[in-house]
Amino acid sequence: MATIAHEMTSPYPGGAPDQLMTKSLEAKRASSDYKNASFRGWRRENGRVGVRNHVVILPLDDLSNSACEAVANNVKGTMAIPHAYGRLQFGEDLDLFFRTLIGIGSNPNVAAVVVIGIEDGWTGRVVDGIAKTGKPVVGFGIEGHGDIATIAKASYQAKRFVQWASELKREECPISDLWVSTKCGESDTTTGLSSCPTVGNMYDKLIPHGIYGVFGETSEITGAEHLCRERAATPDIAEKWYKMWKAYQDDVIEAHKTNDLSDSQPTKGNIAGGLTTIEEKALGNLEKIGRKCRYIDALEPAETPAKGPGLYYMDSSSAAAECVTLMAAGGYVVHTFPTGQGNVIGNPIVPVIKISGNPKTLRTMGEHIDVDVTGVLRREMTLDQAGDALIDMIVRTCNGRLTAAESLGHREFSMTKLYRSA
Amino acid sequence: MSSQESGAAGQKSNIPQVLAHSPKDNVAVVVVEGLKAGTKALGVVTEDNSTFTVDVKDDIPIGHKVALIDLSDKDTVIKYGQDVGRMVAAAAKGHHVHTQNMKTKRW
Repeated sequence: MATIAHEMTSPYPGGAPDQLMTKSLEAKRASSDYKNASFRGWRRENGRVGVRNHVVILPLDDLSNSACEAVANNVKGTMAIPHAYGRLQFGEDLDLFFRTLIGIGSNPNVAAVVVIGIEDGWTGRVVDGIAKTGKPVVGFGIEGHGDIATIAKASYQAKRFVQWASELKREECPISDLWVSTKCGESDTTTGLSSCPTVGNMYDKLIPHGIYGVFGETSEITGAEHLCRERAATPDIAEKWYKMWKAYQDDVIEAHKTNDLSDSQPTKGNIAGGLTTIEEKALGNLEKIGRKCRYIDALEPAETPAKGPGLYYMDSSSAAAECVTLMAAGGYVVHTFPTGQGNVIGNPIVPVIKISGNPKTLRTMGEHIDVDVTGVLRREMTLDQAGDALIDMIVRTCNGRLTAAESLGHREFSMTKLYRSA
Repeated sequence: MSSQESGAAGQKSNIPQVLAHSPKDNVAVVVVEGLKAGTKALGVVTEDNSTFTVDVKDDIPIGHKVALIDLSDKDTVIKYGQDVGRMVAAAAKGHHVHTQNMKTKRW
C-alpha cells in the first residue's frame, strides 16, 4: 500500500512534489513499457475516454451563472463553470463561443451536463451540440420561469445525473486512448532548460504509441517560427500553420500594439525569471514538442482534432487559462504545464500537471508543483529520466491522483473572445 | 540533497552554476540562487555536455543570463544556437545580460 511517509521527510517545507512515491505504489510504472502502458478511465458513449467524472452545470451566458451556482450548491458532487460571455456575440467570435462551450460539455472528463441559459434558443443549441456525444444533457431557459423555478427543476435533474455518474466504473484503457495537451506559463529560462524539454521527451515517447498531443500559444512562437514551420508533417500543414501565425502577427499584434509588447510578452514574471525577449521565450516554449514528433494539423481555437492520433497545433492565446480552456474544449483530458516562476493555474474539468525545474520556485511554492525536475539543472537527472517521471505522473493523475491545482481548488475557466460584442 | 543546499551558489564542485544550450551561445543561464560577483562559475553546455568556466562580474539572480564573451552595443545575442535579440548597450564577459542592455528584434 502507498504510504505518505515519503512526504513527511520531504526536503521542501512549502509542500512537496511526491513523484518519488511512485516507488511505494503497487502499480507498475508506466514509463517502464510505454507501448503496453495503460490507465484507468471512464469510456464514454462515443468511445472517448475521460480521466475525471464531472457532472457540470454549464451556464450559456453571464446572466445564468447565479442559477448554475445555486444548482451546484444544492446538488453535491456537481460543478458550476461560471464565465463572463454569451450575449450579443456574432460572427466568428460567436462560432468560437459555441465551439468552446459545446467542447467543454463534450469533453470525456464530463459524464453529464445541465445547461442553463437566459432563453431557450441558444441554450438548446449548446444542448444539441453536447448531445452528439451521446452523454446525458438537458437544458433550461430562465425567461418565463425565473431563477427559483429554474433552479428547482435543474437541481432535480442534476441530482439524477450525479447519482447515475457516481456508479460509472473506471476501466483499464490503453495509453493510445489518452489525449494530452501542453502549454507553459510564468516561464523563465529554467523552463527552456528543464520543464519544457521534459514535456517534449514525453511526447517523443508517447506520440509513437498513439496518443493525441497538442501545443499552441501563437504569439509565443515568435522568434522560433522558422523552427516551428519545419516541424510540420508536410509542406501543406507547414503553410497552414504559417498563415495562422502570420495572421496573429498582422491582425492581432500589429493591429493593436502600442509598443513592442515588452510589458506583456514576455510578462513581468518572465522578466523577473531572466527571460529578456520574445525570441528567447519562444525557443524555450518550442522545447515542449521534443526532438522527433511532427504536428499533423493546425487547428482553429477549440477545434477537435480529426486526423487521428498524433501531435496537433492549436491557434491560441498564450494566456494560461485561455489556452488550457481552448485545449480542454478541443477534447484533451489531461494537461502538462511547465512553469518556471510558478503559475498556479488549474482548470475546472481537466487536471493540470505542473512541472518545474526552478529550485527557488520549488523551495518557495512547491505545493503548486506536481513534478520536480530541478535535478535536470543540477545535471543529476537526465531529460530522459525527467520525461519518464512525467509519464508516470500523467498515468497516476489519470488513475485518480489529484493534481496540486485540483487539491488547491484552481478552476480557472477563461473563454477567448475575438472582438467586441454587438 | 535538497535544492536549497545546491542553491547556495553551487558549493558542490560537480554541480554547474551556469548552463548554456549550444556551443554557439554567447550567453549562459545562472541556475543556482545567490551567485555573487567574483565567483569563478562552472558551466555546462547541455547540447554536448562540455564544461567551461566564467568569472562572474555581477551578482546575478537565478535564471538570469551572464555574457560568455565581451558583447558590444548592437551585437546579436545567441542562445539555443539561435538569434534571441540584440544588445542595446555593452556587457563585458561575466556581466549580467538582461533588459538593461538587451532588446527584442521583433514587434
